Formats: sequence, structure tokens, C-alpha cells
Amino acid sequence: MSERVYTVVPAPRREAIRSMAKRGERVDGRKPEEFREVKLEVGVAGNADGSARVTLGHTKVIVGVKASLGQPFPDAPNAGVQIVHAELIPLASPIFEPGPPDENDVELARIIDRGLRSAPALKLEDLAVVPGKQVWRVFIDIYPIDHDGNFIDASGLAAMGALLSAKIPKVTAAPDGTIVKAEEKVPLPIADIPVFVTIAKIGDVLVVDPCYEEELVMDARITFALTRDNHVCAIQKGGRGSFTPEEIERALEMALNVAPRLRSALENLRQAGAPQSA
Amino acid sequence: MTAGAGVKLLTEDGRRLDGRALNELRRCRIEAGVLKNADGSAYIELGRNKIIVAVYGPREVHPRHEALPDRMLLRCRYSMLPFSVAEERKSPAPTRREVEISKVIREALEPAIFLEEFPRTSVDVYIEVIEADGSTRVASITAAAVALADAGIPMRDLVAGVSIGKIEGKLAVDLSGIEDQHGEGDMPIAMMPRLGEVTLMQADGRFTREEVAQALRMAREAILKLYEEQKRALKERYSKVLAAELGEEQ
Repeated sequence: MSERVYTVVPAPRREAIRSMAKRGERVDGRKPEEFREVKLEVGVAGNADGSARVTLGHTKVIVGVKASLGQPFPDAPNAGVQIVHAELIPLASPIFEPGPPDENDVELARIIDRGLRSAPALKLEDLAVVPGKQVWRVFIDIYPIDHDGNFIDASGLAAMGALLSAKIPKVTAAPDGTIVKAEEKVPLPIADIPVFVTIAKIGDVLVVDPCYEEELVMDARITFALTRDNHVCAIQKGGRGSFTPEEIERALEMALNVAPRLRSALENLRQAGAPQSA
Repeated sequence: MTAGAGVKLLTEDGRRLDGRALNELRRCRIEAGVLKNADGSAYIELGRNKIIVAVYGPREVHPRHEALPDRMLLRCRYSMLPFSVAEERKSPAPTRREVEISKVIREALEPAIFLEEFPRTSVDVYIEVIEADGSTRVASITAAAVALADAGIPMRDLVAGVSIGKIEGKLAVDLSGIEDQHGEGDMPIAMMPRLGEVTLMQADGRFTREEVAQALRMAREAILKLYEEQKRALKERYSKVLAAELGEEQ
């Protein structure tokens, strides 16, 4: 499958993709409002407390969750800690270079962090073991491993999949403040299941879930994180172009339409524990 | 970022802690051309926010390999001075927050600039927050657009920004620091005022679909007011330049 990956689309190809978009066509045969097929597997990294791999077209993202006991943040002494980290590693694409996280890594991590936090996905207040002293610190590490566009939505799904499948030791705090970890493991306290939906603007056409080539030719993108009850819990516009307010409202409607299908794969995880696909 | 926590942000008559109505901006004052060395510059005060912006360029790109063959390379650095925050001293090293804000500010300004007219050049926008009191990223954009215009960079439109927040369940324009800290959500929006196009949009907190639409309308209204102040600042700057030149001729 290894076609040459380019970072600049040749002008004729760019024009072809843009004029196809005008006719309502896309490079991979999808309709403008069509999300690619999603495959969600959990338990892909046995030493993590929770893990998931999402396959979205050729895009693949692995997320691992590790929880450890530690100090709370001083401004939220009675709540657990959520830390999201993302790294666009050179394994995933020739366009990624080794080195410290750049703005793209940071932006990806922070979008996912805001969506999970605002929903909220985790009941952070239930993760305080000894309020003010010892809380669960939940690390969510995002690693894209193959790049065919739309890392945000794939990372969001994988992060939620990893959180839903995670099991942490049941702990009890003795009156003297010592903490006893039991053999028994319990799931993380989950309040909501947000999903992320990204819409790209190509010319004046809006398409959901852009693939890599579409990302290269798009003018701009906008991502909505959506809660179960259809609240918007994070927004992020990206790219060099702009949107009219009407386009933003239309993009939000497209996102609301595809969100339930994406979430159904995650909802299934709450009962099962086996690999899921949607 | 955490909701509520018992801090009252609205008085009984529906006013905000600083006496503003829900759709009311804080006092905004912009000055263009405040620095000698920069090619363009601007200073903004929005309530207690104090932000200075310098623009250098178009100039040769360093390092050279970053130059783009088909357009200008726009670079932005948003930075908060260590003493600009109400909390403990902020480390001078760039935080993840500053890295992300620098990116979204750049992407908020790019749609307004004729980038393709200046291939193989760079324009650098340096933003330093001297005093922060909520909504610094959007105030930075409002000032940066004036600094770009002051540098003589050809633009389709200016860009101005405002934050729409949710306090005690109601949408409010231009969040102050305390409203951002204790409110239920923050939605920074920047637009090209004349063209009506959105160039920055972010959000945290929870908003219904109707609230998103309403926030866009409220932002547009506030942004048109900021646009007037941007134009006033630029006109004042160039009437001074003109007066100085006429003075020399005499």
C-alpha cells in the first residue's frame, strides 16, 4: 500500500480535489457527510491500565492510560488529575520529525484534554483518595502510528476507548492516611462519553473526517467535541482559512449527525471488554 | 475551568462583578506605532489587560530552509511576562498553553494577509502580555492586526477578537480573569470584521447548539465595536505621521 507520501500536493491534483469537492465527490469515494469506517480495539498494550487502538481508514492511533497515586494540583486539591500527552512520532509519517513536541503535538493533546475535561469524561472528584493529599493521576498518552488524516477524531475515540477499558486497583485510605491497594481492580469513574468530529472546508464545501490528501488542500478545519446530550464541550478551528458563521452552524449540524454512530462503539465497551468495531 | 465553585459572578440586577451588562465590552484603548525598532507595533488595553505587539518584516527568512516558495512565512509568538499573572510568577519558558495560543493566533491572522504576495519572506509577530485579566489571546489578535497594518502589510481586512463566556448559565461578552476562572465556559472568537468571516474559534465548557449560534452573533456585534477602535488608532497614528512630515517641509 505504500504510495509515496507527499507534503505538498501538486497543483493539478489540488485543483482536481477541489473541483471534485464542488461536485460533491471525494478522493476516496465518500459523500461529504460520510465518516470513514471506524475500528476500535481495546487492550492492545497489556502493561497499560487501559489502552485502545483506533483505525480510521489508513489512520491508526494508539492510546495508553496509566494511573498512579500522587499529589493533586494545588488549585484543585479535592480532584484527581488528568494529563493528556500526544506525540506525532516519525514512525507514523515522513512529515513528522524526531525532536521535542512542536505546536502540532501540543495542539492535538490540548484539544483532546479540553474535550474530555469539559464533558467531563472522568469524574475527577471521585479520583481523590485522601482529599488534598493523595489522588489518582490519570495519564492519557496519544501516539498516532499511521497518518491518513484526522488524528483529532481518531485520538479522541482511542482516548475514550482506553479510559472506558481501564482498570485501576481499588484503594482504601486508613484513618492514619496510609493507602491500601487491593488486588481487586475497578473501572475508572466515567461521567460522559464525548466524541470529536472534525469538518474540513475545501473551497466552499464542507466535508466530515478529512483524509490526508484533503487535509493538504483544505482551507481550514473545525473540530467539535460533543457530549451524549448533544452539548458542544470543545471547539477548535485550525488552518489558514476562515469560516462564515453560517458555515460553522452547518458544520456543527454535520458533526451532531455523525456523533451517535461514533459513540455507539464506545458505549458497547461499557458492557463488554472485547474488541469492538463500528 | 471548573464550574461554579460558589463564586457569584452576577449581581441580583443581572450586572457583572465590574458593573458591566452581559453584552458589554470592557474599556478598550489601542495605540498604533508604539515602538521604534519594529516595522509595525501596537499596544492594547482591554480592561486591565495590557499587551504589546511588534511586527518585523517582510524580511529574509532565518533559518533559510523554512522559507516558502509560494507565500510568506508568518510566525507568531504569544508570551506572557513572568509577572503578568495574578497567581505566582510564571516561568519564562514557553508553556504548552502559550505554544498552542501562538499557533491559533497565527491561524487567526493568516486569512487576512495576502501571504502569496510575499513569497520567500517572513513576517514575525511578537506578542508580550504585560498584565493579564482574561481574554488575552483575543486581545492579542486585535492588537496584532493593528501592528500588521502599521507595518504596511497588505491585508484583506483587519482581525479582531472577543471571548464569549458562560456565567451562571448566561452568555457574556469579553470575560474577565475572574469570570474565566469561575465561569462555566469560554469561547474565544476572532473575525475579519468587514468580511464577517471567523478566523479563530475555540471553546471549553458546555454549550448547546443554539448557544453556539448566539455566541457567534454576540461576538460579531462586539467585534464591530473593536474594529472602530482599531481604525481610530490607525488613523490617529497616520495623522501624526502626516503632520510631522508636513511640519518638516515648512
